[in-house]
Amino acid sequence: MLTKRGQTGSDISFASSLLILPLACGWFMGRLLAFGIWLVALGTLAFFAVSQTRSGWWFPEAISTHSGALDGQMKLTLTIVGIAFLLAQLALGYVVWRFRARGAERAHYSEGNTKVEIICAAVTAVVFIGLAITGQRVWIGLHLNQAPAEAVQVEVNAQQFLWYFRYPGADGRFGSTSPKLYNEADTSSGARPGPLGIDAKDPAGKDDVVSQLLVIPAGRPINLTLRAKDVTHDFYVPALRLKQDAVPGLKINLHFTANKEGRYEIACAELCGQLHHQMRAYLEVKAPADYEKWLQDRAPKQ
Amino acid sequence: MTEQVHIAHAPTSFIRKYIFSTDHKVIGLQYFFLALVAALTGMVMSLLIRLRLAWPTEQWPLLEQIFPEGFKGGLMQPEFYLALVTMHGTMMVFMVLTTAPQSGFGNYFLPIQIGARDMAFPVLNALSFWITLLSFLVLTASLFVAGGSSLGGWTFYPTLSAIPSTGPGQGLGADLWIISIALFCIASLLGALNFLTTTLNMRAQGMSLMRMPLTCWGWFTTAMIALLAFPVLLAGGILLLLDRNLGTSFFNPGGLSVSGTLIPGGGGSPLLWQHLFWFFGHPEVYIAILPGMGATSHILSNFARKPVFGYRAMVVAMFAIGLLGFFVWGHHMFISGMNPRVAIAFSVLTLVIGVPSAIKTFNWLGTLWGARIRFTSPMLFAIGFVSLFVAGGVTGLVLGQTALDVVFHDTHFVTGHFHLIMGVAAIFGIFAATYYWFPKMFGRMMNEPLGKLHFWLTFIGVYAIFVPFHILGIAGHPRRYADSTGYEFLRALDPLHVFITVAAFATAAAQIVFLFNFFWSLWKGKQASDNPWEATTLEWTIATPPPHDNFGAHEPIVQHGPYEYAVPGAAKDYTMQTEP
Repeated sequence: MLTKRGQTGSDISFASSLLILPLACGWFMGRLLAFGIWLVALGTLAFFAVSQTRSGWWFPEAISTHSGALDGQMKLTLTIVGIAFLLAQLALGYVVWRFRARGAERAHYSEGNTKVEIICAAVTAVVFIGLAITGQRVWIGLHLNQAPAEAVQVEVNAQQFLWYFRYPGADGRFGSTSPKLYNEADTSSGARPGPLGIDAKDPAGKDDVVSQLLVIPAGRPINLTLRAKDVTHDFYVPALRLKQDAVPGLKINLHFTANKEGRYEIACAELCGQLHHQMRAYLEVKAPADYEKWLQDRAPKQ
Repeated sequence: MTEQVHIAHAPTSFIRKYIFSTDHKVIGLQYFFLALVAALTGMVMSLLIRLRLAWPTEQWPLLEQIFPEGFKGGLMQPEFYLALVTMHGTMMVFMVLTTAPQSGFGNYFLPIQIGARDMAFPVLNALSFWITLLSFLVLTASLFVAGGSSLGGWTFYPTLSAIPSTGPGQGLGADLWIISIALFCIASLLGALNFLTTTLNMRAQGMSLMRMPLTCWGWFTTAMIALLAFPVLLAGGILLLLDRNLGTSFFNPGGLSVSGTLIPGGGGSPLLWQHLFWFFGHPEVYIAILPGMGATSHILSNFARKPVFGYRAMVVAMFAIGLLGFFVWGHHMFISGMNPRVAIAFSVLTLVIGVPSAIKTFNWLGTLWGARIRFTSPMLFAIGFVSLFVAGGVTGLVLGQTALDVVFHDTHFVTGHFHLIMGVAAIFGIFAATYYWFPKMFGRMMNEPLGKLHFWLTFIGVYAIFVPFHILGIAGHPRRYADSTGYEFLRALDPLHVFITVAAFATAAAQIVFLFNFFWSLWKGKQASDNPWEATTLEWTIATPPPHDNFGAHEPIVQHGPYEYAVPGAAKDYTMQTEP
């Protein structure tokens, strides 16, 4: 039914009215809107469902020891959130369907219901805070526990628009560096001072290995130290389920264990300038013996 | 209220009446039209962004004619892409989402809805607008300076933003961005003071706080947030300007080297900016959405022909959101290098803020329960607001969790989330308000069939655009990438980018329906009566369009709450606030 007022009867609407006349009708509009909302909601969920079946449209392969728990929490959260989304949209469609205007009939006069209000709020609070608390488990494992002492140390150096990875060598200690020594021209793995400005006078730095490829052993804990030379970057490895800013002036630690050999992409996930989208590197997870050999081959000749 | 009311004489000259006016209604319209221009500009920018993402290697000779630098050789340059991303974000967040719902509609209708003749400080009000306009012009000017606009993103993180040599656009373009935002902060601060004073001091007789329409509560809460949030951004902006131009080092930790050149200075922290920015930035989300929540509650009640379900709970929820909004900024910084213990506190508080948001959703559904809904254009957009608010809100429960944010931070999952909730949900609030108040503001009705057509195309369009963004994010696609062709793990997503771009162009085209309807109705729309929606609040008790001093010689005396629809025993199904 047409609402009494508020509809325009003007001339240009004539053509458009022919086209959309049914839309102006309350009975039709209520049903259409309900269907529209339901369709959009189901379409959204269907989109998510279909994406899971397509290669490259869902979570990348997971290769770190924490990724199982993380993906579990993710699945739980997405399910709860999906249900909440669906219920709310179904309810919205339902009230729109059911409670359209009917002639001069009046709406039900009600200013609310405190009991319903409190129950809804309490249920929501329990679910939301429950999620917030269970969501901390993986985080605590990643960030509040120290890396084990035997962890492989790698220093990640970010700069516009590339990555350098430094290994401490046989002595297990990184040589000191200085911005004054940066030499961007010489990028060989044994270069001193090289792009990282390794102080040639510091004996700890003599056996440091610098690489543009991040190679790590599978099954051993890795402890990264993130640094940035110029602007904030972000060390992001989708397959590891890891993302951490590298901030100028800070040394940020990040530890994990990868358990599947292979070659994976490293991306920059913090806007760092013109060629941000090209700041890519590779992570290679090798069998421990292959990793040791790779490192040996690159050790600077003494 | 018994003393003689001073009735201001309406200005007669064109300039005093429409340009340098101190009438809150004219200023409200000035803000509204500024936001409209900014929205169209921001939308065109988003379309250019989409072009590059869908077809990154395509040549656009025609666009090269318009942007010779940005489309050098016909190909969109990455720095131009990032400048567009920065400008789109800044334009939309500040000049549209902060300007239209609060400064536009708030200015026009807050005084009328509480029974005042104007804002508390009319000259200050005009000043706020003119500073905002200046801010808009400075921002736009940055597109045309050497190097173009900044590529730093709307969050403008140092040290990228603190050092001019970090990229094209980081010179004068970045300075202009900061100056523009600083001006905007000042204008918003003055505006907020005005809103607060007006709400507290200028209410008509009988208009107790708990008789105010929820729109007024939305504007009032927003003004409180703005008053506390904008000064922090202003301070941050000034510090950044000092770092860039006077050699201070608030954000520069020292030892920096950009492209092989050492940068002097040291002792600062890039994280300091992030704290200052997000202390503003998170509440800003609520600045954008709270007026929309107010308008939605108001319009739902009007066309449901039913009181708002749980008015008091709505007010409390709005306040809770506003207050909690100041304690969650750290959830933007989980992976920033901030102390991971602090992250846990921010995470829990973030999910707690979901509770008042959910209460609002329950109450909107409760308002519609047992209603007699009239499906007008404003009502459709208000219902669309609820749908989009839910769609964008639920993913907040994902992103608010520390560990899950590790996966999703700075991916398109975030882009999808915030576009749904603070982007299009807020825009739906603006559309609902526009269709709703157009008759009061301009004395004519907007065309209903066209309004409905606009609703349907936009409602389906925005879902089609932003749902796939979540899939991009799930697959790991980072934000702010000028193209993703360099990554193997992103190649499968190319068809999604094309789909989003097509949906974006279609949805943008649908806005022509709105623009046509708006301007056509301005001149040719059906004459509106004083109360075409059979509504209850004070703006519908006065003439259409309202006279200069709103209420003429008679101060309104308020007798009822704002949403007395379907009162049993009453003669009509709506009881206006001034009815005895």
